[in-house]
Amino acid sequence: MSKLTLKTEGDTHVVVTRRFAAPPEAVYRAHTEPALIKKWLLGPDGWSMPACISEARPGGKIRYEWVNGKGGGFYLTGEYLALEPFRRTVHVERMYLPDATPDNRVETRFDPDDAGTLLTLRMTLPDGETRTAMLATGMESGMEASYARLEGMIGSKSP
Amino acid sequence: MLNLDAAFSALADPTRRAILARLALGETTINELAEPFPISQPAISRHIKVLEGAGLIVRRIDGTQRPCRLAPAGIMGVDQWLAVLREALTNNYDRLDQVLATMKPKRLRGKR
Repeated sequence: MSKLTLKTEGDTHVVVTRRFAAPPEAVYRAHTEPALIKKWLLGPDGWSMPACISEARPGGKIRYEWVNGKGGGFYLTGEYLALEPFRRTVHVERMYLPDATPDNRVETRFDPDDAGTLLTLRMTLPDGETRTAMLATGMESGMEASYARLEGMIGSKSP
Repeated sequence: MLNLDAAFSALADPTRRAILARLALGETTINELAEPFPISQPAISRHIKVLEGAGLIVRRIDGTQRPCRLAPAGIMGVDQWLAVLREALTNNYDRLDQVLATMKPKRLRGKR
């Protein structure tokens, strides 16, 4: 069973949901306290987050830095816009790859769900083109299939 | 040379994605590429330039022709970045499950 859902909404939104077997307080804290964020917001195996700033107040700064221990690394910066403790946060973020990606506005909801939490991330991209580019990231299953196909074909042609 | 920004904006256009899908079948001339599309050859050429600038395709000179093919490094670069995102969400939340399991309710009350 896949716990993660990912869908588009309108022209510029992407909505991600995931259920957790822990109360909203715990999930909220794990999203806003640096010591906890560093334990899980790491991406693929082998990556770590040596620096994490999360000033959980309106206007507070966000900065996450990731390294893979092999000389690779990138970072993200952002700002908190609104926080309702244990219920909801709103922030903007951008990745540096090394150039900054367009701002992604993210509303994160922590709703009680039986004994656990339903986490909902609602991302708002500046325009449809940016979202399409982001979805070209393979978040959309159709694109993912095309990429898998492309990769397979390229792979078979590689020397 | 792959430029991720350029690559993503190149991929944002449906005609350019269709061109890439066609090129996945093998090297193709501009004439052959233009055939299935209801747009002019100069318009296709402009799309090709964007894809070339983004590092997603390469062209070679063959007499008067300049056939196009996919640039494996470019496509792989984008694909790698995409795979990182996909994998990141799933891995992160699986890891968060473990972090949450170790968080004690007592500590939660202490934070209020």
